[in-house]
Amino acid sequence: MLAVVGLLVFGLASHGSSRVQLGEAAPDPTLPKLDGGGDGSLAEHRGEWVLVNFWASWCDPCKEEAPALEQFQRQHESGDFTVLGIDSRDLSGDGRAFARKHELSYPQLHDGEGDMAHEYGTTGVPENFLVDPKGKVRWLTAGPVTEEMLNDQIAPLVEGKS
Amino acid sequence: MSARTIRALAIASAALALMAASLVPAAGAATPQTSLSEISGEVMCPVCGTLLELAESPQAQREKAFIQRLVDEGRSKQEIKDALVAEYGDEVLALPQDSGFSLSAYVVPIVAFIVAAIALAFGVAKWRRASGSGDDGRPVAAGLSAEDSARLDEDLGRYDL
Repeated sequence: MLAVVGLLVFGLASHGSSRVQLGEAAPDPTLPKLDGGGDGSLAEHRGEWVLVNFWASWCDPCKEEAPALEQFQRQHESGDFTVLGIDSRDLSGDGRAFARKHELSYPQLHDGEGDMAHEYGTTGVPENFLVDPKGKVRWLTAGPVTEEMLNDQIAPLVEGKS
Repeated sequence: MSARTIRALAIASAALALMAASLVPAAGAATPQTSLSEISGEVMCPVCGTLLELAESPQAQREKAFIQRLVDEGRSKQEIKDALVAEYGDEVLALPQDSGFSLSAYVVPIVAFIVAAIALAFGVAKWRRASGSGDDGRPVAAGLSAEDSARLDEDLGRYDL
């Protein structure tokens, strides 16, 4: 009986996940780059503000937010900022086609197994987490970002005005 | 029929045979070895958490299209499953793998059954001992006190045995 209970607890503990909270260290697993050029991670951008954007090619809201993200990236890439796209639970070929179609210039990682999404405790796509230069989560939203959100909430943090 | 005509017919027949032989491998390479319906009953839709054949989400549609493309290329069922694992990881497989930690999915129920059977056997043996039954199912004779023995003899004496 104890063994069965133990297995149930293990199962729940290993599959359950909670959303990463503001102020917590951002999980930083290593994942393959979407373009196939080796591996990458959030740690490569330590010292920068990073907007971690979970998306998938089959997700309609992800299509809607992609232009705003790309525009924000182009406006701020000269500073210490980047969007880091995480193509989650998606076919890598479909993900690459999506990135090409929307002309996404920011770095992309492929999270086919959903491991990174699990560590962040996401419940779907898109979800966005702003990570500060020290690796702490400073802002998050479950759902797509809009141009207004990026300009009103993200830009002041990234530009040091908040 | 002249010898010339016969020779022409023979050459034409040989040419046709060669063409047919060259077409067979090409057709074989693209001949489906499995089907979408067969595979979708054995793999998961990772986002939906259900068998792919039961899922209709956009992600499931993409996964089905991916499988269909590989089926059309003539890939085997195992090759397609391997391609799915490369994309989505082991969780895409509906059945756990028979190696590593996944092996516990098969071993644990068997071990649990054996442990339960042993526990049941011990429990039954203990219960039978506690209820005063012997191995042959007859009551075990208990020692009689002198008083009970005398009363038993008295009772038996009333009967003409």
